[in-house]
Amino acid sequence: MSFSVTAPSPAARWIAGLLVALYAIVTLLPLAWIIATGFKSPADAIAYPPKVLFEPSLEGYVNLFTTRTRIAEADFAALPPPGTWYEEIVRDQGMVIAGPSRYGERFLNSVIIGFGSTALCMVLGTAAAYAFSRFRVPLKDDLMFFILSTRMMPPIAVAIPIFLMFRQIGLNDTHLGMILLYTAVNLSLSVWLLKGFIDEIPVEYEEAALIDGYTRFQAFRKVVLPQAATGIASTAIFCLIFAWNEYAFAVLLTSGTAQTAPPFIPTIIGTGGKDWPAVAAGATIFLVPVMVFTILLRKHLLRGITFGAVRK
Amino acid sequence: MAQIRIENLRKDFGSFTAVRSSSFTVEDGEFFMLLGPSGCGKTTTLRMMAGLELPTSGSIHIGGEEVGMKPASQRDIAFVFQMFALYPHMNVGRNIAYPLISQGMPRAEARKKVAEVARILGIEGLLDRPVGGLSGGDRQRVALGRAIVRRPKAFLMDEPLGALDAEFREHMAEELRALHDRMGATTVYVTHDQLEAMQMGDKIVVMNHGVVEQFGVPQQIYDWPATRFVAAFIGSPPMNFLDFEGAVHEGQDRVELGTAAIAVPRLLEGARGALTLGVRPEHVRLDDAAPFRGEVIATEYLGTTQIVTLDTAFGRVRARRPSAEPVRPGARTGLDFDARTLSVFNATTGRALVSDANREVLAHG
Ligand SMILES: Nc1ncnc2c1ncn2[C@@H]1O[C@H](COP(=O)(O)OP(=O)(O)OP(=O)(O)O)[C@@H](O)[C@H]1O
Ligand SMILES: [Mg+2]
Repeated sequence: MSFSVTAPSPAARWIAGLLVALYAIVTLLPLAWIIATGFKSPADAIAYPPKVLFEPSLEGYVNLFTTRTRIAEADFAALPPPGTWYEEIVRDQGMVIAGPSRYGERFLNSVIIGFGSTALCMVLGTAAAYAFSRFRVPLKDDLMFFILSTRMMPPIAVAIPIFLMFRQIGLNDTHLGMILLYTAVNLSLSVWLLKGFIDEIPVEYEEAALIDGYTRFQAFRKVVLPQAATGIASTAIFCLIFAWNEYAFAVLLTSGTAQTAPPFIPTIIGTGGKDWPAVAAGATIFLVPVMVFTILLRKHLLRGITFGAVRK
Repeated sequence: MAQIRIENLRKDFGSFTAVRSSSFTVEDGEFFMLLGPSGCGKTTTLRMMAGLELPTSGSIHIGGEEVGMKPASQRDIAFVFQMFALYPHMNVGRNIAYPLISQGMPRAEARKKVAEVARILGIEGLLDRPVGGLSGGDRQRVALGRAIVRRPKAFLMDEPLGALDAEFREHMAEELRALHDRMGATTVYVTHDQLEAMQMGDKIVVMNHGVVEQFGVPQQIYDWPATRFVAAFIGSPPMNFLDFEGAVHEGQDRVELGTAAIAVPRLLEGARGALTLGVRPEHVRLDDAAPFRGEVIATEYLGTTQIVTLDTAFGRVRARRPSAEPVRPGARTGLDFDARTLSVFNATTGRALVSDANREVLAHG
């Protein structure tokens, strides 16, 4: 396909650039503020008027990963000098490190559940989309509509039944439970998106492979999958972003073993005064994986976001 | 290489019948054309031969073996798609090697075969190129390479030149025919272009609405069409049809068009009612003395010949005449037909009446 587009005038370019820059500032400013707050001292974090220039400190990050206690003044004075830089930061607050915090665990839970559900969703979604795209499935249109309809109400509307079901079958507060739940929520979108991408791949490629002596499954693996890579990548990003950021179900269904980072981060506030730098540090680190994942797949995302509209 | 025999093949899509009771035979080594207008079931027939579609009924024999229900991967045939279907994520060399790899051929041996095929097709220089940037002709050659590398029992091609521009088509058609003659491979070639079919084919089967109308060598089909449809579909300009009411008897060798008696090959069957006299443009002479009259309404200059269009009481007639012959639009003249070349059709059924002239051709049509 080719489009003929008249070259934009310099003024139009300038205005477009300005609008994009403006939009970037509006969206990036809160992010920048959170990242900056993570490096402030608690006093700077709540200073009024807000401080844009400040002395950077790692207190927030140290506090995020540790639990600390106050000890008797005499004992405090008798302590040997701090052995590490982070011990020193804690001592400066007049406290000692009691142990590691649970942020690391929660973060790992997020990784397991987020990436696990995304992977499962891609496997099931691609298989279902392929079947819907290529085979004569009875009641195809009705089934596709049914799949879409599961997305028509906000998932949280069924939170209570899911909570009861999970409790009954022992999925409450388990990694498996959360992976299944996020997969179920994401699957409808995945099937629809992926079916669109697979529909775009001419069926002749597979037929050529069949005639060349490959089985249906080999044809799928060696011919369809590589060509659906763009679609799979962009769909995976959507799924991961949802699972990664999901808050309501995580609050309701996890507490101990399988709690993800989103419900954990707000609890930092409660431990020992309003520790905004620690909260900001937790949020900053939490942003990293999705950012890295998206940047890694951005080439696919850019092509995929047009939903296969650009095909030569 | 192998003979392909199709018997009473039928394909229904739900309540729609795409192909009904087709029968024909492609002899070993033949370049066989499957010709017909769009939607007549050519592709469906070819896909059934390939195993990409299962027949509703009927049988397909390849090399004497019934393969109707066998999966495509076990039929040992090659298929060239209209859009070539080159794997876009592989380079040219890997595309051609792909069918060999599936048979578990060692890489080194596959590479040798690919090189050999590339030499035959003149694409040695392209093997490392991605298929994305290739020209239409080169894509076509790569698709052919992928087909011939395995030395299959037969080649099935679905409008393989359809995606090329007109100028290049002719060149590729010659190349394809030369390749076939060198390899002697049984080839079934689908086209809706009657000229292409006439030029390239050893044999042609003409289909319409899922039915095989006629099957034979190009010259026979052109001279002695079995049906009015075939007569109209093949030839450009097509055969002229003069519709008249009347009756003919077995043994009769003339038909009455109004007051004019026109000599035709001796008929071997009778018919009555709506009849049609068919005459090819090159078999019309303009002769002032002839009793069948018409008025010249247009002439079209084609270099050595011209097409003269005349109105007659029985319909429009186009005649192919030498350019040197003086013809003036508006003039009334007589039309004389070459008696040995005429066909008479039953207009109700569309079938040609059997005569001394077309008896042999129709006997195996
Ligand atoms: N999978 C299918 N389901 C339903 N109908 C089909 C299917 N495949 C083909 N048909 C119908 O069968 C008829 C014959 O199709 P086919 O593709 O064989 O025609 P064709 O002769 O190859 O035409 P063309 O020259 O346009 O390629 C068409 O009317 C088409 O709509
Ligand atoms: Mg076709």
